Amino acid sequence: MSGSMILPAIFFYLFAGTCVAAAFMVIASRNPVHSVLFLILAFVNAAGLFVLLGAEFLAMILIIVYVGAVLVLFLFVVMMLDVDFSQLRQGFLQYMPVGAFIGIVLLVELLLVVFTWTIAPDVQQAIATPIPPLAKTPNTEALGHVLYTRYVYFFQAAGIVLLVAMIGAIVLTLHHKPGVRRQSIAGQIARSKQTAIEIVKVRPGQGL
Amino acid sequence: MSIGLGHYLTLAAILFTIGIFGIFLNRKNVIIILMSIELILLAVNINLVAFSSFLGDLVGQVYALLVLTVAAAEAAIGLSILVAYYRNRGSIAVEDVNLMKG
Repeated sequence: MSGSMILPAIFFYLFAGTCVAAAFMVIASRNPVHSVLFLILAFVNAAGLFVLLGAEFLAMILIIVYVGAVLVLFLFVVMMLDVDFSQLRQGFLQYMPVGAFIGIVLLVELLLVVFTWTIAPDVQQAIATPIPPLAKTPNTEALGHVLYTRYVYFFQAAGIVLLVAMIGAIVLTLHHKPGVRRQSIAGQIARSKQTAIEIVKVRPGQGL
Repeated sequence: MSIGLGHYLTLAAILFTIGIFGIFLNRKNVIIILMSIELILLAVNINLVAFSSFLGDLVGQVYALLVLTVAAAEAAIGLSILVAYYRNRGSIAVEDVNLMKG
């Protein structure tokens, strides 16, 4: 066993083991805040695995966007919802045997697929977008070459998906409190002379 | 020992199973269900990137990037629904989400 092959293996098992342990703690934690933090740990280790696989752009995007934005959003929501944690843990034990059984059956099926299957020898010709060797093009540049040319439709569609999600999130959660006075700029600008002033003829000594 | 494709696929399978397990177990907290969905999507991403690396095909990483985008959008909408629901009901217990039940 050569010395240069053992270091990637060590890092793989380190990242993979921490990822699985953190993922298990996500669902086994009593406190949702702990669950979110364990999920963050799982994602950071997955980013490490992506770096091992040579997909460093995706690894950094995972940390910056997914952990840094989406999971922080999770953290905000979890801390904002004032939930009583003590009554949330009932029912855990009655569901665990069935859940564990189904989970193990699913895992065995997935592992059977993984280990009784080989890559066809003629898949080399069928590769849609071959990865250029790392010495010539860094991973980010290689992705850029291909994302904005061959896959530009998917890129734009992803942008539209994000736009729709943004509009949906605002529509669902925007909440104007009833007692607060707000400016209606359009209403103010649309004032006309007829509605703005009212001319009243007052007789001297009479008052309004 | 050389780390092959099977190792990464096994890891993804384990994460996928943990995500499914999480959806079953946490009947009391909707946020854990959302986080289990994120775990499932992470497993899919690991699969895609592992295949992309071992087959030398960049389209796996493009696909993983798009899956990431959709996962972020879905997390945002799911959390908005959760917040709107919490404002109306005051609790996030899964078993109480049955108002429309016949």
